[in-house]
Amino acid sequence: MRRVVITGLGMVSPLACGVEDTWQRLLASQSGAGPIQGFETSDLACKIAMQVPRGDGSNATFNPDQWMDPKDQRKVDDYILYGVAAATQALADANWKPQTDEDRERTGVLIGSGIGGLGGIAETAITLHEKGPRRVSPFFISGRLINLVSGYVSIMHGLKGPNHAVVTACSTGAHAIGDAARLIALGDADFMVAGGAESAINRIGIAGFAACKALSTNFNDRPKQASRPYDRDRDGFVMGDGAGCVVLETYEGAKARGAKIYAEVIGYGLSGDAYHITAPDPTGNGALRSMRAAVKRAGITPQDIDYINAHGTSTPLGDEAELTAVHGLLGTADGTNALSMSSTKSAIGHLLGAAGAVEAIFCALAIRDQIVPPTLNLDNPSVTTSIDLVPHKARKREVEFVLSNSFGFGGTNASLILKAVA
Amino acid sequence: MSDVAERVKKIVIEHLGVDADKVTDDANFIEDLGADSLDTVELVMAFEEEFGVEIPDDAAESIVTVGDAVRFLDKATAAS
Repeated sequence: MRRVVITGLGMVSPLACGVEDTWQRLLASQSGAGPIQGFETSDLACKIAMQVPRGDGSNATFNPDQWMDPKDQRKVDDYILYGVAAATQALADANWKPQTDEDRERTGVLIGSGIGGLGGIAETAITLHEKGPRRVSPFFISGRLINLVSGYVSIMHGLKGPNHAVVTACSTGAHAIGDAARLIALGDADFMVAGGAESAINRIGIAGFAACKALSTNFNDRPKQASRPYDRDRDGFVMGDGAGCVVLETYEGAKARGAKIYAEVIGYGLSGDAYHITAPDPTGNGALRSMRAAVKRAGITPQDIDYINAHGTSTPLGDEAELTAVHGLLGTADGTNALSMSSTKSAIGHLLGAAGAVEAIFCALAIRDQIVPPTLNLDNPSVTTSIDLVPHKARKREVEFVLSNSFGFGGTNASLILKAVA
Repeated sequence: MSDVAERVKKIVIEHLGVDADKVTDDANFIEDLGADSLDTVELVMAFEEEFGVEIPDDAAESIVTVGDAVRFLDKATAAS
């Protein structure tokens, strides 16, 4: 199998539009949380979220016009817009602009989403009910399908290789990067734009996640304190919008064209809980098997891992199940003290289908800058652990091997392992 | 320019994202204004909404230029 490396990064997050601005704000312990803007929340149990900061593009705000023609913006839900922006950034960062037929045909796209155009589906259902089928837009379907992020990116950049999409709830972004890396490793493509995009912060999305008791509801008056993974007062996740995309290519190809290499994708593991539709297996068994599969594929030992970007959504059950799994992975061998593990969802919220991609990007940057991002609001850990959970502040340390976990509804688990490339 | 023509022009500019000076009477939605078949479906829908009329499919197929739309809607709104 061919070696696969990450050579381009792109991101739209609740902290900023752009990778570097998001990363710097994350390292400065900033939070993207606030009261929900844009729709009525008085009757919703959760009134807070981490929304993408919109503006004219200055101060790292997200200006849709910089990424998509206004006439096309009207046809799509925001997850497509965010995904296109992140993919465009990643291709520019990788300095990869395929021009020949061969290059275009060897470059594919694999960008997923957890739930796609939820907002547009809700709005159109109302239109259908109130005005009838003749008022349903011809762009209703194409602007809500999950694989249309990959579709738009392919069309806008002329990428004619494999065109694919992953849908595995909150594991989507990690599965997308893992699967795309395999397409390259196996020779189906030489370059892949991979990641996830989400825009589920709308009335129906908040109502739905609140109904299944997944969201934080105790911090409506203190939004920036609501996402607090591992803390004893955590009471659910805070929803985030955005997208993350990477450009993957072969190690040999990247070296040959002189591309900058952020990290190598050396491990990818997948598993299923076979336990419950929304709750994680409290023993963490599914998570453990996912991590073990990734470690085995990477050909390393668990003790080699310097940093884990946790799934850590700030739900009462999930955080401790993951910690249990990580302890199980490490076993009783010494070395536990050397591991740092943080949840960046404390700062950007839970981006659902985009989470795994955004967090893989943070892992690549942790390797580049030799620093691990913090877990905000971790005032009183609910369990004692010898693992460094990086409370409150980022920490400089050696970072060579990094593991990123993503777990989704339905009991779907994915783990990625990245390695520094000398 | 008639009121109908002004309103048609505004819709075309908004939906197709084209400059106002390109939206002439004989401008063809697909050939001159960059629309695709889905755009034309949406345009007809927007005309129906704006003018409160129904444009049957066979009539919609004959509306290929800005002028076609203005003439159809002039007639349809006068009749109602």
